[in-house]
Amino acid sequence: MMQPTHGSNRILRPVRDWFIWLTLLLAMFFNMIPFGRFPGIPDAVALVLTFWCIREPFKIGMAAAFLIGIVMDVSSASVMGQHSLAYVLLAFTASGLSRRFLQFPLLQQALQILPLLLAAQLVMLAARMSVGAEFPGMEYFLESFSAALLWYPLTYLLLLPQYQPIEKDENRPI
Amino acid sequence: MISVVGHQPPPFFHRGPAPFARLMFFVALSLLLLVLDLRFHTLELARQGVALVTYPLQRLANAPLEGLESWGNYFSSLVTLEKENTGLRRQQLTTANLLLRQEHLELENQRLRALLDMKARQPVTSQVAEILYAARDPFARRVILDKGMQHDIATGQVVIDELGVIGQVTRVFPMLSEVTLITDKDQAVPVMIVRNGLRSVLFGAGAGNLELRFLAANADVQAGDVLVTSGLDEVYLPGLPVAKVTRVDRDTSYAFARILCEPIPGVERNGQVLVLGRREALPPAPPELESKDKPSKGRKGAK
Repeated sequence: MMQPTHGSNRILRPVRDWFIWLTLLLAMFFNMIPFGRFPGIPDAVALVLTFWCIREPFKIGMAAAFLIGIVMDVSSASVMGQHSLAYVLLAFTASGLSRRFLQFPLLQQALQILPLLLAAQLVMLAARMSVGAEFPGMEYFLESFSAALLWYPLTYLLLLPQYQPIEKDENRPI
Repeated sequence: MISVVGHQPPPFFHRGPAPFARLMFFVALSLLLLVLDLRFHTLELARQGVALVTYPLQRLANAPLEGLESWGNYFSSLVTLEKENTGLRRQQLTTANLLLRQEHLELENQRLRALLDMKARQPVTSQVAEILYAARDPFARRVILDKGMQHDIATGQVVIDELGVIGQVTRVFPMLSEVTLITDKDQAVPVMIVRNGLRSVLFGAGAGNLELRFLAANADVQAGDVLVTSGLDEVYLPGLPVAKVTRVDRDTSYAFARILCEPIPGVERNGQVLVLGRREALPPAPPELESKDKPSKGRKGAK
């Protein structure tokens, strides 16, 4: 029987709204870097979006996912609605399960993020294949695996501002 | 399911509609967008608006790669440049023979055409553009060019490189344009076999290959045949090299032969390309009529 331990959770400062949007913007920037058809480049937007939906389900939700999806649709030259559909479903599941995810240690979280990201990819695949696009090959799903691998470092990176103490005090442990 | 968002909030913590209702709303909206874009192609204006906003970010994202490339060029040694130079000179000499005769042939062709009372071939304007990058979409084969509406690029224009046709402009943004490559599954090119003049339509077959569909199992096609554009569609100029037949499977249980081809030009490479102008001003016909008349007009017609 697994007990919720919250062992890895420190008391964090509240997140700033602009930081959430900045990280999402940076993720979009990463997705726009032209890597060509090189397989296994993670969808940074999906990953960062999932992260904030799990951490801050009241701040980032389906509306944000929809808007970001539209921008990704245009910038990746895919069909309008393809990314937004996948991201909205991703945001719904991630924010609905956020309490469940957060009680696991980070590596187990990564393991549970993987099916979420794969499902989002499957939604996009279904949306395109249903109207006769070409199958991109099994290496298409590699990007979810590389994204799940990034979960551990990404968590530390995105929580870094919240780890900072309010005022510097050398005697305080946090 | 332990959930914060899933619980119905007390009225004094009201947070708007329930998550499931919101999900349904956004899913319906996304599906609507999908249908509108795939079936009716009516979202081009919205797409252009978003593209205008994301354009600076996109150019910025392109900068690291461009910088890397220019560094690489800077450090490419003198030896490779010299080698390339001699190679190009040799190539120029070998093609000079063809080029010199081309003028003569063109004149002869003109005379013959005049003699036979045929319509003269139209000269075509062209613009040099550069392929910026391949679009991220893994389901289609598209590249982005660095010229758009500002440079009078229009949809339907044919894009070639030094070896042959690489695709057709399918979407134009203010500063960029999107080219669907001939290897895309939705792209159709009307072609002709050089050896015997057999006409057909070439489709993308995935994995960078092409396919000649709907040719009878006993059609006169051999591996190694070169396909050029037939020009019947009034979009592609006739005689541009497109692909080479690599394999012909004649299975008697099917009515059609399975003919695989590979593109002649460097379709999936980056570099300079030429955007050809429209062949002739199309008559002012209603758009639905136009697309019905020309089933081989690439993406627009293939849909």
